[in-house]
This record gives sequence, C-alpha cells and structure tokens, in this order.
Amino acid sequence: MNLSSLVIPLLLSAVAIYGMGKRVNVYETLAHGAEEGLTVLLRIIPSLVGLLTAVSMFRASGAMDWLCTLCSPVLQWLGVPVETVPLMLIRPVSGSGALAIGSDLMESYGPDSYIGRVAAVMLGSTETTFYAIAVYFGSAGIVRTRHTVPSALAADLAGFVASAFAVRLFFGV
Amino acid sequence: MAMAWIWTGMVVLSLVFGLINGSLDAVADAAMSGASTAIELSLSMAGVLCLWSGVMEVMNVCGLSAGLSRIFRPLLRRLMPKSSRDEETLAALSANFSANLLGLGNAATPLGIRAARRMARGCGGVASNELCLLVVMNTASIQLLPTTIASVRSACGSQTPFDILPAVWLSSALSVAVGLGTATLLSRWGGGDV
Repeated sequence: MNLSSLVIPLLLSAVAIYGMGKRVNVYETLAHGAEEGLTVLLRIIPSLVGLLTAVSMFRASGAMDWLCTLCSPVLQWLGVPVETVPLMLIRPVSGSGALAIGSDLMESYGPDSYIGRVAAVMLGSTETTFYAIAVYFGSAGIVRTRHTVPSALAADLAGFVASAFAVRLFFGV
Repeated sequence: MAMAWIWTGMVVLSLVFGLINGSLDAVADAAMSGASTAIELSLSMAGVLCLWSGVMEVMNVCGLSAGLSRIFRPLLRRLMPKSSRDEETLAALSANFSANLLGLGNAATPLGIRAARRMARGCGGVASNELCLLVVMNTASIQLLPTTIASVRSACGSQTPFDILPAVWLSSALSVAVGLGTATLLSRWGGGDV
C-alpha cells in the first residue's frame, strides 16, 4: 500500500473531527476557503502558459539534446553518471518529463543498479524548480525575483551531485 | 528579470535549433501544445488547490494551525524572522513545511502560495529575502518519504524500494543547505532587502 494513500484521508478526517469538536461549521468554512484557490489559480495560469510554451519548444527543437551534450563532460567530472544527464536537465522544468525519463532509466538499468538508484535519489531529492518559481511568484504578483533563480539552481546542482555521491556512499558503485 | 532572460534564451535557441535541425514544424506545434498543456495542468490542479485552501481555512478557524505554528515557530523565527511575526503567515508556512515533509507536494504548493501571497504584500512586485528563501526551499525537496519514487521503483521490480531513503535524506539536506547558503550570500550583494 502506498503510504500517502493513508495520509490524505487520515488528515482530512482528523481536521474534520477536530473542527466539529470545536463547533466549527466545517463544510461552510471549507467552501469559503476553497474560493481563495480559484483566485490563486487565475494568477498562476499566465505564468504557466509562458513557462510550458518555452519548455516544449526547447525540447522539440533539439536544443535540449544539445544542452545535454554540452553539460555532460562537466557533470561527469563532478561524478554524475552520464546516463542521468538528460534526467537532470529536464528535472527543473518538467516533473512528469523527469519521472518518465527516471522510470525509463530504472527499467532499462534495473531499479537496484547504480544508475537506477542514482536516478531515484535524484528524483526524490529535487523538485520541479521553474514550475515552483512560476507558480509562487505568479500568484504573489512578484516581478523581480532577485537571487531566487540562481540559488534554486545551485540547490538543484548540489542535489544532483550529492545524489550520485550518496548512492556511492551507501551502496558502492 | 532572471526568468525573462531564461525565457528569451529558450525561445530563441528553439528557433535556431529548429532552423538547423529542420525541426521547425515540430517547434511550432510544440509552442501551441505547450500553451494548452499549461491550461490542462492548471485545471487538473484546480481541485487540489481549492481543496487544500479550504482545509487550511478550517484548520485556521478551529485553531489547529495555531498548534502547528507552535511546533515550527522556533525554526521559522530563525529562518524568516519578519514573516513569522504575522500569525497567519506563520500558520501557512508551518502547514507548507509539514506537507513537504510528509511528501504531499500537491498540498504543499497551495499552502506555500498562501504564505507567499501574504509575504509579498507591500513589496511592490519585488521579492523580499524571506520570500526568496521560501521559494528556494520549495524548489529544493525536503520530503522525508518520497512515496512516488518508491512506488516507481517497486513497479520496476525493486525488492527494497525504500532502501534509498538515507541517500535521499543526505542529498536533500545537502541540496537545501546549498540553496539556503547561496540565497543568504547572494542577498547580501543583491541590492539589499525591501
């Protein structure tokens, strides 16, 4: 059983029971709060349209593959297996794309192989950076993002290099 | 402006590579389909967004989020001293942290957005140091139980899908530390806080 399948129903019931115990009209309050979700959604859509348009053009043109070949030597030097470079490059821009590449790596090299493990750890220890930036700043109406993008990308790079390192540390090559 | 440069770079490179590789038809199709994917994605997350905003409201009204805030207050007061002075921002931040730790990414985003919207008030569209920190922490992963990855591993035939946990924790911790460190360093010479 997937653990998150237990967490969500449990969480929802706990909040509902606690609220009822406090004599709160749980249903009305939930519906009232849900309204805010719609306002947020309207502000997110424009940023997402911009981001996803550029991302899918970039992938379709072959520029993504070029970036992979460009980055491979540097990343290999940092100890990252070359097979996982496409995963790293897609990870910040597309969560579903990264999951697809990662599953493919786990399937072709085996989930318990070095490459399979590195791919899994990479997926587990990073997030879809640009998606989060677009969604957070889009909804908050932020135009000047200052040092967010470089810091977030530094965190991603550290996460990828650390994934390869951690797998070697705990499992050997 | 960083996003503007990245966006322009991606679009122009797509044009250049489309011309070189002769894949211009695919690029044009991708632009259109990418835009509609954004709407599909937004619609598919609409329900979750509304649900968790609603749950957060219930937690606020019945006092549950005050309890959650008490747990995270010591940590958040150090990381984001300005924002955690506001009770409701602190509550949203605490909920965002808890959801991230539990691996509920879908719930963490609406809760984090709630905090971000409050933190952005009166900033005139410029991200404050603390808002940058919040986003950096949400772009790095702090989850304790990467359930999605474990289920993919077991689907691929792994005998022990959760044996990567210590490796995930180590690399998450390093990644978050580097993100926070870089943000702190860059905020010093980045033109000061707002």
